[in-house]
Amino acid sequence: MFWHAFLALVSHWRRQPLQLIALLFGLAAATALWTGVQAINSEARASYASAASALGQGTEQRLVGEGPIPLETFIKLRRAGWLVSPVVEGRIGDVTLLGIDPFTLPPTAASPNLTDDNRLDRFLSEEGLILANADTAEALAGFDLPPIETAANIPEMQATADLTTAWQVLGTEGFSYVIVTTPQPRGLTPLAELAPELSQVTQESAGDIANLTRSFHLNLTAFGLLSFAVGLFIVHAAIGLAFEQRRGMFRTLRALGLPSKALTILLALETFAFALIAGALGIALGYLVATALLPGVAGTLRGLYGASVPGSLTLNPTWIISGFAITFAGATAAAATSLWRVAHLPILAPAKPRAWAMASDRARLAQAGLGALTMAVAGIIAIYGSGLVAGFAMLGGLLTGAALILPLALDLSLRALSPLAKGPVAQWVFADTRQQLPGLSLALMALLLALAANIGVGTMVSSFRATFTGWLDQRLASELYVTAATETQAAQVRALFDREADATLPGRATQARLAGAPADILGVVDHVTYREGWPLILETPAAWDDLNAGTGALINEQLWRRTGLEMGERLELLPGWALPVVGVYTDYGNPEGQAIVAQRELLARVPDISTLRYSARIDPARIDDLRSKVEAIGVPPGNILDQASVKAFSLNVFERTFIVTGALNVLTLGVAAFAILVSLTTLANMRLPQIAPVWAMGLTRKRLARLEILRATLFAALTFLFALPLGLGVAWMLLSVVNVQAFGWKLPLLAFPMEWARLALLALIAALLAAMLPAIKLARLAPSRLLKVFADER
Amino acid sequence: MSVRAFLFSLLLLTAHQGSAQSFAGLGEDADGFALPVRGTDFEFPRDHGPHPAFRIEWWYLTANLQGDDGRDYGVQWTLFRSARAPRADETWLSPQTWMGHAALTTPTGHYFAERFARGGSGQAGVEASPFAAWIDDWEMAGSDTLSALTLTARGADFAYELDLEAQGPLVFHGDGGYSVKSEEGQASYYYSQPFYTLTGQIETPEGAIDVKGTAWLDREYSSQPLGRTQSGWDWFAFSFPDGHRLMAFELRDSELDDYQAGSWITPEGVVTELGPGSFDAVPLETTEVSGREVPTKWAFTYPAQGIDLTVSAINPEAFNDLVFAYWEGPIRYEGSHEGVGYLEMTGYE
Repeated sequence: MFWHAFLALVSHWRRQPLQLIALLFGLAAATALWTGVQAINSEARASYASAASALGQGTEQRLVGEGPIPLETFIKLRRAGWLVSPVVEGRIGDVTLLGIDPFTLPPTAASPNLTDDNRLDRFLSEEGLILANADTAEALAGFDLPPIETAANIPEMQATADLTTAWQVLGTEGFSYVIVTTPQPRGLTPLAELAPELSQVTQESAGDIANLTRSFHLNLTAFGLLSFAVGLFIVHAAIGLAFEQRRGMFRTLRALGLPSKALTILLALETFAFALIAGALGIALGYLVATALLPGVAGTLRGLYGASVPGSLTLNPTWIISGFAITFAGATAAAATSLWRVAHLPILAPAKPRAWAMASDRARLAQAGLGALTMAVAGIIAIYGSGLVAGFAMLGGLLTGAALILPLALDLSLRALSPLAKGPVAQWVFADTRQQLPGLSLALMALLLALAANIGVGTMVSSFRATFTGWLDQRLASELYVTAATETQAAQVRALFDREADATLPGRATQARLAGAPADILGVVDHVTYREGWPLILETPAAWDDLNAGTGALINEQLWRRTGLEMGERLELLPGWALPVVGVYTDYGNPEGQAIVAQRELLARVPDISTLRYSARIDPARIDDLRSKVEAIGVPPGNILDQASVKAFSLNVFERTFIVTGALNVLTLGVAAFAILVSLTTLANMRLPQIAPVWAMGLTRKRLARLEILRATLFAALTFLFALPLGLGVAWMLLSVVNVQAFGWKLPLLAFPMEWARLALLALIAALLAAMLPAIKLARLAPSRLLKVFADER
Repeated sequence: MSVRAFLFSLLLLTAHQGSAQSFAGLGEDADGFALPVRGTDFEFPRDHGPHPAFRIEWWYLTANLQGDDGRDYGVQWTLFRSARAPRADETWLSPQTWMGHAALTTPTGHYFAERFARGGSGQAGVEASPFAAWIDDWEMAGSDTLSALTLTARGADFAYELDLEAQGPLVFHGDGGYSVKSEEGQASYYYSQPFYTLTGQIETPEGAIDVKGTAWLDREYSSQPLGRTQSGWDWFAFSFPDGHRLMAFELRDSELDDYQAGSWITPEGVVTELGPGSFDAVPLETTEVSGREVPTKWAFTYPAQGIDLTVSAINPEAFNDLVFAYWEGPIRYEGSHEGVGYLEMTGYE
């Protein structure tokens, strides 16, 4: 009995292969997007953890000075018994070069493997040896460097060499910082006495990266969840439909003696089997999605945060398990209502396939009320909540609330539109559309979410791009940027620029701790470039004059938001040197705080600052000429950048940043379109009783099919109209709440009507395509089937 | 850690043995390092300082202490120098490398630490006059003649500070300081100051203890101390209560006979060389420490002086579990004589 009942139930899917595909695809797609996002996240996290165990990344105590730490200071500390190890840090292109001292490197810092092939001999030799992983070694290929060998245990975009090699390559002296090992010997003289000029900091760059990137991963997770929710709409629709279509079968089975418990168990098993198949499929798809997206994510993380994540994926059991778990949870959630109804079905319930999701006006009102409540909660979070999680909770509340309200809103709009209908056919179309609404509402809710997310994220990205490009144009005012390799070169560059360029702008920067966090202090000279090129979002009347007079400092938006400093409040820049804040400038793409002061004031306090960087204002036509002259001095070509290439690089970083977001957007929209297709297809069969009378009255099947397509397009258009303000709300939240939390800067919300139009068109096309198949079927429907509607007992 | 293991393997330098011999007569090996020459006179204080032309060198001090609590203690202070090339630049590119080991042994505990330093940086080094050998804050310093020294070292869980005074002259092992290490002829320059008495203070996690006792300083430098097939050594130093000293070592060989050598030293510093076969050291008991079986009780006989001893480690677990790991600790012996001394055992895997 049990077995035969099972066969009977399953036979439904043989007769409805499209429904089966919809169910499996919906569940698999939902799982795939979720798993893909999880895979990316877990890969990134593993990469942070491995970076954290590597040198210069983990939580370690460091001693830092106001400039390079002299060799003598290090020796003095060692001779006093302190177990410290010096590090020289610098950049070769995008790669961080760490010069280490293998003799004193603490055993906890993952040291490169130097035992092969007399590597140590070469590592310590005058020529030197640079170790990096294969990708990084490739990135270093264009530079004139000592021999490079690959070592797998070195993090991405990092290279390791002996400190003597690093000095030579970077053209620096002294140490960037000194690592303080634990445990230390007993009874040492306190560091504050030995080297009062150094300050001890807890380096948490890995922690910083984890914090910085948390927002990014949360963003991805939110997207994954959204996709999953959209996928579940499909599953819910498919399962609910299958339930309604099998009502007659249920009645027959029950009448034949199958207990309702057994029936429920059979249906639960069926769901379970679907979840298993779809889960496996989804995880495999998710792996593909992640593999395809990971290089983009890696690019994003590197560009935005400097966090290095490999571009390849390793299979990880955690996200496989989490994938299955969420598939089961999702399938159960989608099937729960149906199962509950089966369990409580009276044995001889009418087998009439009432519109299965036909909600009464009251139910629709209740749903809308719930939606309003959800949005109200989102509003409360907006007012009282803080932090990134609150930001996303708010977004979630807004989207869910809006989705719940959508059916009522659509119904009201249709009602409001119906007086426009002239003639019986048009009136019938409107009436029938309203009649169809309950069956389509889930699919339309999915579409709403997808559209709103698209508009929101699209607006954010476009606003960001527009602001960022404009900002780059202003900020990158100099035509040529040069970093000399040595002080001698620097002097020659300076002389050359003074002679040939319209203006020479020496770049002087030092690392410091502002308001307790690592930051840069830039010293600038008085030049119109800065006054014009540094857009201030907040300023006192004579900000630039104060700055140049040495009586004020400008800080970047990130630092301003973090500290909440008021204009005129004093900020301690270096120990014993505080200046009033006279302005705040935008500094997109920089995760750290920054302050700008007058250069001579900075040099007076930090005399041994590196003087290797210069930029020049020059007629663009003469850039190439000047460039070759700088090269003639011997400055490595990699250290000479012209404005165009800096801009191209920055924009490239920016574009890569949002590749993933874009890809997920498209996927979500695709899933929503599929939901519409499924709903329309299934509705098509159920709506025969509504269509048959109209057909009998003389409307041709072709005309009816055209009306079907029109109706689907109307729904999509209405949904888009609702999605637009919702999407702008999402964009506002992303720009003003989430971004501020995640990146530390706020962006203006800009409107992009052309993009919206494009998206509206896309939504209409999606609805059109989704309606096409059922419409074609309707156009080709055998008249006998329509006739049969009248013959059937109903 | 792999870095340091390799650093020390440079120190052991078994890799360069083969070619070394054929150039022995020229006083230089294939890589340009100097080789010991029989009959060379020492010149002090210069030779208390480093010899960068030689591949390896050490300043090796061991001390037997009695605490005012009546217990036996042992202290080790060692500075090793190893060179990748026979040069001594005073820059951070110097091919010289320094390694320090310090240990404090109690009957129940063994505390040890190691340090590494790049030559030419000033973090470690040795000056002949005024004499000072140091790595970080560990220091052995004093008079040009080494007759009076102060010795300090500390680790995370121990510290010591000792004042040493020599009660006799320097002694030269082998043929006037030319000490042969194998039948194949590997040799080193090797002299000692075995006559120190000392006072000072040691500190363990249990507290500080005033101590007095005796100490023995070994100075050795060479470019090829071991034969190819020699796997390790057992080195004994006895400080007899009557003022005599005995140093005896056995280089264990995987193919040839084990190689023996040593010195019988009178209180006046007169040395009698111990040749191969002149003494017998037989393990009686082993202790498993750090996963290795190490002999910690020996029967030691040196018939020429009527010496017949049962030697026991004061703490059998005195294992320096460092990058280069070996056993080094104070011993007590009974039999024909009673007293204290030091034992070093390397190459037990």
